[in-house]
Amino acid sequence: MESSGVKAILKVENLAVTIEREEILKDISFTVMPGDVIALIGPNGAGKTVLLKCLLGMMPYRGGVHWAADVKIGYVPQRFQIAKNVPLTVREFFLLHEKKFIFATRAKTDGRIAEALSVVGLGVSELDERLGHLSGGQVQRVLIAWALYDKPNIILFDEPTAGIDIGGQETVYNLLHTLKDRFGITIILVSHELNVVFRYATKVVCINKSMFCTGAPREVLTSGELEKLYGESVYYHPHEHVKS
Amino acid sequence: MSELLFASPTVLSVTAATATAIAAGLLGVFLVLRNMALVSDALSHVALPGIALGLTLGINPFWGAFAFLFAASFLILGIEKRTNLPADAIVGVIFTASLATGILLTPEPELLEALFGDFTKISSAGTWLTVALSIAIVAVTLASTRSLLFGIVAPDLGHVSRSRSQLAYLVFLIMLSLVVALGVKFVGTLLMGTLTIIPAAAAKNVSRTLRQFMLISVVFAALAVLLGMGAASVWGVIAGPAIILSGVAIFLVTLAFARH
Repeated sequence: MESSGVKAILKVENLAVTIEREEILKDISFTVMPGDVIALIGPNGAGKTVLLKCLLGMMPYRGGVHWAADVKIGYVPQRFQIAKNVPLTVREFFLLHEKKFIFATRAKTDGRIAEALSVVGLGVSELDERLGHLSGGQVQRVLIAWALYDKPNIILFDEPTAGIDIGGQETVYNLLHTLKDRFGITIILVSHELNVVFRYATKVVCINKSMFCTGAPREVLTSGELEKLYGESVYYHPHEHVKS
Repeated sequence: MSELLFASPTVLSVTAATATAIAAGLLGVFLVLRNMALVSDALSHVALPGIALGLTLGINPFWGAFAFLFAASFLILGIEKRTNLPADAIVGVIFTASLATGILLTPEPELLEALFGDFTKISSAGTWLTVALSIAIVAVTLASTRSLLFGIVAPDLGHVSRSRSQLAYLVFLIMLSLVVALGVKFVGTLLMGTLTIIPAAAAKNVSRTLRQFMLISVVFAALAVLLGMGAASVWGVIAGPAIILSGVAIFLVTLAFARH
């Protein structure tokens, strides 16, 4: 792909993270091209969330993280716990994007919010709803819409379906599909669901503290490789995900 | 008219106390959202040794109080950063210790005033300085609302959006020190922390949006001051506790309308 003149949107070179003398990540290198759907997989505690945080510049690391100059990053975090009784509406949550925040002119912002919400299948009727009153699936969709508000060309998802029922998970993955096909947004996602990785990812990056394998899902995710990566518990998916 | 304004001690103290309460009510919104109610309550106790020092050195006790509160804010920040835990427990110990120290250090004739406040001694210059500082506190807080909210609601998203939440929090603590230093004059070191909390807690019961929350908190704070000072003049009681009890009364009324 690189030979066709398309520039990489992200290049990670020999990334390493050490926290209190413990090596969390080392020798991580991969390249993301525009239009890719990259799945970051690995067992609990493999350092997937840490890797995402390094890419976003939230954590100190060694090595190189080179974003393309025109990159516009959207981020959908793993867990989003907001106390049910915090008086913050969906509209006000979106207005966090605006420098003037809740003092921004509604006429200018409501249209953009509605546009982002419509992509995830939510209507403007939710605008005045308190964020804390929405269901887990709705919050997840609002978060995706929130990431879309600034029209990013790449979105980083940290376990988009953690804590969502099966029906909700389907919707989220259909959404991923929409983002890629309709808007051509490049996606990096951390996922525990191997069937999802097979269905949606164009490239897999498997890590377990260090780089394990990388390539197209069907090439690298052979049962032998998976067993090496996850150990024998490859078919066992505990419901409680420990933040890696 | 302006001569009347400057001459009447009641008008002066009502003006200064209302201005301070408005600033305190606004800051209270973020204290309640950050679960810092007790921190703020204990923080106000730190003002006492500062006041004592000011009185001993013959400088304006406001500056002594502010200096101590300012230092205490950095202490909160340090504790929160180092332990990554809610700072309540450690803060409770340190701040109660400073209250005890302050009581021992404050000259006895001034002690009651320092603990419970005194409205009768404010000068016209003091009033307008209080009003000017309160306006500044409100302006700075409104300007940092977005970054403060990011830090409370979604720090990670704030980081990606390049919001300067840490800086906003530091500025917020400085504003809190200022408002407490202003307020101890009226309601005293024991009760000032509560004046930042009660209106916000009451407002949270009845607001649906953040905007409403901020507006109603400010209105309740001003109302508590006016009701409290009215009660104090009618029944001849100390104004500080009367203001706090008015706030509590407002809180109790809002409970009936609480939204869940």
